[in-house]
Amino acid sequence: MVASLEDLSFHYGNAKEPVLEIPQWSVQAGETVFLHGPSGCGKSTLLNLLAGILLPSSGAVDVLGERMSELSARQRDRWRARHIGVVFQQFNLIPYLSALENSKLAAHFGRTANSTDRAKGLLKALGINDALHRQPAAQLSIGQQQRVAVARALVNQPQLLLADEPTSALDTRNRDAFMALLLEQVMRNNTALIFVSHDLSLRDRFSRVEALEDINRAHPH
Amino acid sequence: MFLRLALSSLRSRKGSVLLTFLAVAVSVFVLLGVEQIRHQAKSSFGNTVSGIDLIVGARTGDVNLLLYSVFRLGNATNNISWHSYKHIAADPNIAWTIPISLGDSHKGYRVMGTTADYFTHFRFGQNKLLELAEGAVFFNLFDVVLGSDVARSLGYQLGDNLVLAHGLGSTSFSQHEDTPFRVTGILKPTGTPVDQTLHVSLEGIEAMHIGFEGGIQLPGGPAVTDEIEPGDLTPKTITAFMVGLKSKLATFRLQRQINSYQHEPLLAILPGVTLAQLWQMMAVMENSLRLVSALVLLASLLGLAAMLLASIRERQREIVVMRAIGASPWFLLGLVEAEALLVTLGGTTLAMLLLVLTTTLSSALLAEQFGLFVEVGLPTAHSMGALLAVVIAALGIGLVPGIAAYRCALHQQLA
Repeated sequence: MVASLEDLSFHYGNAKEPVLEIPQWSVQAGETVFLHGPSGCGKSTLLNLLAGILLPSSGAVDVLGERMSELSARQRDRWRARHIGVVFQQFNLIPYLSALENSKLAAHFGRTANSTDRAKGLLKALGINDALHRQPAAQLSIGQQQRVAVARALVNQPQLLLADEPTSALDTRNRDAFMALLLEQVMRNNTALIFVSHDLSLRDRFSRVEALEDINRAHPH
Repeated sequence: MFLRLALSSLRSRKGSVLLTFLAVAVSVFVLLGVEQIRHQAKSSFGNTVSGIDLIVGARTGDVNLLLYSVFRLGNATNNISWHSYKHIAADPNIAWTIPISLGDSHKGYRVMGTTADYFTHFRFGQNKLLELAEGAVFFNLFDVVLGSDVARSLGYQLGDNLVLAHGLGSTSFSQHEDTPFRVTGILKPTGTPVDQTLHVSLEGIEAMHIGFEGGIQLPGGPAVTDEIEPGDLTPKTITAFMVGLKSKLATFRLQRQINSYQHEPLLAILPGVTLAQLWQMMAVMENSLRLVSALVLLASLLGLAAMLLASIRERQREIVVMRAIGASPWFLLGLVEAEALLVTLGGTTLAMLLLVLTTTLSSALLAEQFGLFVEVGLPTAHSMGALLAVVIAALGIGLVPGIAAYRCALHQQLA
């Protein structure tokens, strides 16, 4: 089991209404989960809980055998660096570092040795040719940036990859190429993927499709 | 990794970073420059006279005696008799004495009557003797040896004749016109009041005052040089005298002896001690200079903090990415501090280079024009302390944007 939620409840600060209330939900190793739902329904909150940025108000979030609420903030940061990959909708990279340096920075936090070779291999596999490796990330096209983000997210060979609408800034052609490369890499690394999107046309590519409204009992609005 | 990241980050914001860097460089330059000048002023002040164990004059204040005998500032309250001088100079502990006689001037510059011993015993700076740039020490009655400033600003050459004025005003109505002096020597610059002094023999002073006994020239009796007989020229009084001892151990005993001299009220001072007292009086000015330079530095460091704080806002996205790949909020605080440190170290290095460059380029000019001897601005132990304080202050002020980055990192969610 990669991740499991148990009687999870989460609300922000002093708000009385919870954003999330999930009695039971889990993801198995190697699964690719497509999670959809309208915006504002708590998808990002869920990802932040799974990444250990947020802690549940009550209940348990277990990821890769660790109970998030039992780790210190510092331990969670280190654990996230080592075991979790994250790809956002846009602006995934440190703009003033090159594609290669972005990957190596992630490897630095994840304490992965010999990161240069692995980063180069991933960039190549994701269709970023050598000439682009040393360019500042800000100079790459959005499609290229998203692919570098995947390389960056996978450089530490994480067991879980969280993707938050990574294709919404891409046009159809770029999107399809991106999806193919992403799923290929996830498969090759045997990484579980939780992919959040409201683009339902992508659903067929995943091993499991979930609507957040179905698993979340709280209905924030 | 850490420093490389900080450097890349700074490079990506070249414009604002460069301006802040220059502001820090200028303010550190001011700070170091003030330290340098302060240090130089103090040491050149303390170096005005050296190798002299006691200065003896008529009884007055310590500082006053020092001011008129060494700095040629103000007037002697009273003279001392030649007899007392001779009596004290005969003490077996005394190696040598230099009598000096002040009271006349030339175009605003003081004239000092002394003996040729002055040029062999008077020392300044690190025990340096006076040196002649050209010519020779006075030999004849109406020879004069000029300090370097006097020669330069009045444009005198060897062999020129000049007339000394009675009294100290720059426009005296009473000139010793009958007894012109001839320039026989010009001294090298020393950076001390010696540069502003005209040196003549004690006998020369006596000779030109013949006929001036009442303070003004008496009509009908002009002194003709050939009529003067050597025996008449022993001075009756002198202004003060400097003493060199055979052994320093006798200093305090002799000082007490002179201060309690029976026949005339005298005062003996230790020039080093009195110089230090005098410098103490200038501590206010010294401290206000330091305060101003510290405030200039503070202003530039606040500018640095403001620049970094403004950058945190435009770097929120970057902070989210850092958090996603596992950077702790502490890492971001450290990153901002590293940037503050790099700008400060860079600015400090530039400031030190500027200081070395400006002091090297200007030292010749300053020595020539102002008699100011500036050493090349290599960092001293003291300025290193100041630089350390700069770095610590930068890190302290860098906490403001650093904590902003920390808080941003702590509260920002991945999205």
